[in-house]
Amino acid sequence: MTDDIIIRIRGLKTAYGSHVVHENLDLDICRGEIIGIIGPSGCGKSVLLRAIVGLKEPAAGSIEVFGRRLETLDPVERSALERRWGVMFQDGALFSNLTVRENVEVPMKEHTKLGPQLREELADMKIRLAGLGPDAGAKNPSDLSGGMRKRAALARALALDPELLFLDEPTAGLDPITAAGFDVLVRKLQRALGLTVFLVTHDVDTLQATCDRIAVLGEKHVLAVGTIEELRTFDHPWVQEYFGGPRGRAATGH
Amino acid sequence: MADTVSPDFALDQGDEGSVLRVSGDWTVATVQDVDEALRELAPATPLRLDVTNLGRLDTAGAFVLDRTLRAAMPGTEDSAEIIGDHATARGLIAQVHAVSTPAPPPPVRPGGLMAMLERTGEGFLNIVTESIATLAFLGETLVTCARLLLRPWKLRWTSIVAVMEEAGLDALPIIAFLSFFVGMVVAFIGATTLSDFDLQIYTVELIGYSELREFGVVLTGIVLAGRTNSSFTAQIGTMKMRQEIDAMQTLGLKPMEVLVAPRIIAMVIMTPVLAFVATLAGIAGGIMVGWLSLDINPGVFIERLRTSVPLDQFWVGMSKAPVFGFVCALIACRQGLNVGGSVQSLGHSTTTSVVQALFAIIVIDAMFAIFYMEMGI
Repeated sequence: MTDDIIIRIRGLKTAYGSHVVHENLDLDICRGEIIGIIGPSGCGKSVLLRAIVGLKEPAAGSIEVFGRRLETLDPVERSALERRWGVMFQDGALFSNLTVRENVEVPMKEHTKLGPQLREELADMKIRLAGLGPDAGAKNPSDLSGGMRKRAALARALALDPELLFLDEPTAGLDPITAAGFDVLVRKLQRALGLTVFLVTHDVDTLQATCDRIAVLGEKHVLAVGTIEELRTFDHPWVQEYFGGPRGRAATGH
Repeated sequence: MADTVSPDFALDQGDEGSVLRVSGDWTVATVQDVDEALRELAPATPLRLDVTNLGRLDTAGAFVLDRTLRAAMPGTEDSAEIIGDHATARGLIAQVHAVSTPAPPPPVRPGGLMAMLERTGEGFLNIVTESIATLAFLGETLVTCARLLLRPWKLRWTSIVAVMEEAGLDALPIIAFLSFFVGMVVAFIGATTLSDFDLQIYTVELIGYSELREFGVVLTGIVLAGRTNSSFTAQIGTMKMRQEIDAMQTLGLKPMEVLVAPRIIAMVIMTPVLAFVATLAGIAGGIMVGWLSLDINPGVFIERLRTSVPLDQFWVGMSKAPVFGFVCALIACRQGLNVGGSVQSLGHSTTTSVVQALFAIIVIDAMFAIFYMEMGI
């Protein structure tokens, strides 16, 4: 892992009306790592993701992605920057009026000059890369199971070969075997494509199987960042409960 | 981000096979430039790939390279030999190679006449099944409503009143407004045509018969079909989509009793009220035009209306109102319960609901007209 910092967050404050979600939040994410974001429900994990990708305007503080601040860019630069990351939303957020293949083709159609034939071939390749069968491309999102929908969403997030991948609860609602398969897939893709992955999760198994570092969110800021081993000894009741509880112990083999 | 170098390739044909030398950046943004040329490439086998001068490579570039290598050596599953040094090329191409075995060709759809016949047949069967299903739903609804009316304490009065307000009272201004204007238009048309014969005073009969018998109630039905049907279908459809209806059933609540019956009952009660207001507004529109442009005094207008338009006409119109309300609510609820799991099916059901309701209202109105004509009213 290099010290090349790909996302730099300083003094972030986000709020919905008078409800403050984050305050004074600092976080650095290095190139080529998988960072897991954990924290109690409602602590603003997904809001942090939304803030980084520009869906939620921060009330204060700065977020630099690839060394650029999103709000200072003009639309053309911003669009160029947005092409360098892929986002997989919690429920997939596939466009329900398009087939899986067309879903994957959407970003290609919008942002590249790929011809229809190559685009289709590439979309099929991405779909298979994300672990779906070759016949999945022609299906509608509503015909897919939860796990397959997540894979299709991953294929769409990977459509433009992003350097940075955001995954929001990739394994939530999946059975343990499918979830484990997804973990392996994420790790494999990260290695093969040299991705940086920002992973919001609740799942201790996913953390154990995929993440290089883990950031714990709570009390409106980042409580701690480190490997699982480092966090296990971190003195905070929620963190202790999280890794020391029966599920945490089982997953991390202690 | 460094500037991109457009991708390029050169093919060295030799006696012992050929070497494809690639240079520049092969990424999703650039590979289209070389895609066509690579497809037409016919190298001597075995083909080797030289990546020494290759710039950046992503999966799109790797895919195109892998496809070229694969096409050059049909029948083998081994990856081609790659020469030269590159940080990621070997790994990426191997990764892409593993997942890009050619997909089976899509099934050929029958074209032309066959497809048209097939679609026609499907469409016809659709109409048949749709009619049967609607009739089945009608039966179920009637049974549920009858059962509830025999035990009125089991009726959900709160939801009935809520629906009466939402679909009835709230629709009142728009219906009255539209009907007023339609009344004016009818009066104007009557006045222009009848003035040729110097019979402007018959505008009163024209307004009376048309408003009482047809326009008031049909206009109400049409507004309800647009306004209420879409909202009922969307409400019930969303509940269906989010599994609320399944949850209801597991809690021992019957969707027919909780969702359908209150809507049906409320609409049967409210549509006559709306139709009555619409009729009054339409007549008011007629009176207005008569007064302002035909010099028919409102008092004279009303007096003539009372003497020359029989009361039967009013009852003919009003008798249709509860039927229209019932049909609207019935179609709306059925389409709502028909929604599947996807967003399109909600949109599709809402459209179908409005279209079917409009269709049903016009057809039923025509049937009423024939019936009353035969009865001599």
